[in-house]
Amino acid sequence: MGQVIIRDFEIPANDFTVAGEASSTVRKLLVQLGVAPDKIKRTAIAMYEAEINAVIHGHGGKAHVEISGDKITIVISDEGPGIEDLDLAMQEGYSTAPDSIREMGFGAGMGLPNMKKHADELDIRTEKGKGTVVTITVYF
Amino acid sequence: MTIKEMMETLGLRLAAGPEGMLDREITGVYCCDLISHAMAKLDSGNVWITVHTNLNVVAVASLTDAACVVVPENIEIEEQSINRANEKQVLMLSSDKTAAELSFEMISRIRKAE
Repeated sequence: MGQVIIRDFEIPANDFTVAGEASSTVRKLLVQLGVAPDKIKRTAIAMYEAEINAVIHGHGGKAHVEISGDKITIVISDEGPGIEDLDLAMQEGYSTAPDSIREMGFGAGMGLPNMKKHADELDIRTEKGKGTVVTITVYF
Repeated sequence: MTIKEMMETLGLRLAAGPEGMLDREITGVYCCDLISHAMAKLDSGNVWITVHTNLNVVAVASLTDAACVVVPENIEIEEQSINRANEKQVLMLSSDKTAAELSFEMISRIRKAE
């Protein structure tokens, strides 16, 4: 992998018919590139959680993915309400997901903790009323 | 133990997905209805037992490369999930047993086969 591979995805708001499609496409790409299975798994978990958060909380958003020889960087950005208390949101079990979302099996309060656990680097920039940008890096 | 052998032993029914994948070897069993837990814990080749039948189950099973999804207690699987599972080549099986019974019986048989 000499060159950088770039992919961009739209993440529609509250649309579970396509939720996970961006993560699925990236996972397939990493399999094709021959990336180690444990790195693919960690990338898929972190990206899926960020993608789902954008669907549920962020009124949809965008995913920008860059893959180079030694790492993958995923930037998921939304123009949603932002995260009011990031420290609280990082705690396992804390969730602001409504009942309709919980009924589908989400809202365990594990999204951000899962991202932190499985990404090598996690950067979250959030501003109330403006949106959230999550940057996930996994080194191969 | 393959998916097909497990289906025959426990009387599981094929609800969606390609029959050609039934010869896949099962690597383990995971049972949970919280999507984030399943996403983090499911390993490639695992059976995932869950009462959820929505589209997200198909997405997570595909992303984690699970061997199949098993839906307990004859819970009806949403038609859009069946269509998506066929499209994504995700096996969905159905059973009249509870999730606890399925977990116990599957793990017992996998251990016996090892």
